Amino acid sequence: MNMSNALCVEKVHVWRGDRHVLQGVSTQIGHGELLHVSGPNGTGKTTLLRVVTGLLRPEQGSVTWLGRSIVEHRADYQAALAYAAHEPALKGDLTALENLRFSVGLKRRSKPQELRGALERTGVAACADLPARVLSAGQRRRVSLARVIAMQAPLWLLDEPYANLDAAGSELVSGLLQDHVAAGGLALVVAHRELALGCNVRRLELNS
Amino acid sequence: MTVGAWEAFWLIVRREMRLSFRRPEQLLQPLVFFLIVTTLFPLGLSLQLSLLRDIAPGVLWVAALLSALLSLDFLFKSDADDGTLEQLALSGHGLTVIVAAKTLAHWLVTGLALVLVSPIVGTALGIPVDAFATMLVSLALGTLTLSWLGAIGAGLTIGLRRGNVLLSLIVLPLAMPLLIFGAGATDRAVSGTNAAGALYLLAALCVFTCTLAPFAAAAALRITLE
Repeated sequence: MNMSNALCVEKVHVWRGDRHVLQGVSTQIGHGELLHVSGPNGTGKTTLLRVVTGLLRPEQGSVTWLGRSIVEHRADYQAALAYAAHEPALKGDLTALENLRFSVGLKRRSKPQELRGALERTGVAACADLPARVLSAGQRRRVSLARVIAMQAPLWLLDEPYANLDAAGSELVSGLLQDHVAAGGLALVVAHRELALGCNVRRLELNS
Repeated sequence: MTVGAWEAFWLIVRREMRLSFRRPEQLLQPLVFFLIVTTLFPLGLSLQLSLLRDIAPGVLWVAALLSALLSLDFLFKSDADDGTLEQLALSGHGLTVIVAAKTLAHWLVTGLALVLVSPIVGTALGIPVDAFATMLVSLALGTLTLSWLGAIGAGLTIGLRRGNVLLSLIVLPLAMPLLIFGAGATDRAVSGTNAAGALYLLAALCVFTCTLAPFAAAAALRITLE
């Protein structure tokens, strides 16, 4: 097993109706590496991300994690990943802390202080006990990033993590990504903007 | 540090209960519907108690099925809309565990509530107190079975815009045996004959759906998540 390629995407084809969205995409991510997926709208960036999460099964091709198919070893793979979709995926009627407690709690046992610590790290500690529906779009994004941190998973899969964030928020995301990758983690980031990161970045440009 | 399936199951049940109690209107809507429909019947028919008593089991059961159906639409839809369903699906626990937990929680806050208010409705419709035990047991088994059947329908229809209409079309035909045996059991209890046979059949249907529906509903969800 080649540890430099912990996550391998091989010749993935996806059709959406008549549209051939992903045409044989291959890529890999190693430990301590970040894959930046970019490209114009509608070229299948999010589709690729959903294939990598395992939510979407490709018509052809495979995704492997540590040399094993993510379909056959679904539970192990899911335990190792933290996914943040384009929408923050928070329940409006639960507080930020409860949202974290219920979704992180399914992955690992965590103490409330740890979760509060994650919220503090993303700058929304003051919103911990507010219902998520009263938070602004940027604050909700920060809460969803806190969830990614709190899951303590080696593989981060982030869809447009910079969306809705102010300048300080963007710096925060870059800082989090750098720390995660520096600690040997892996990240797949879908983003339109250029990433100015001081870490190992591999680029994948999708074209129509 | 990993979380076992049971632990995950109860965590999801607690999450669902908390969400339901933060949205009391979602809880009350089926209950109010149940109460209103059952009070409309005596108003629309003649006031002869003997006639009312004859049709009471049927009225009670039809109203219970329809109001339970009303609440099924919420089962997965809000989670699918805000993206939390994807988070649940990627939590490392099978969709079967997630579906089972959500459906059980759904029954606890809707089906069980219907069962608990049914004595009031039963009294209003002239069902004798002796028949209450059979009525409660049959309604409990029936609503639980309906929640499981509904989970399959709800899983199949979350991706659709007018999913709730299709949901009724999928679930109501499957609920026919429930209506027949449930109303039958209550009817027998009202007339003072032995209702055990119908109750056993209801229990069998309940066990059948409890054990198999989570897998079917998980498969349905997996398709719609793609």
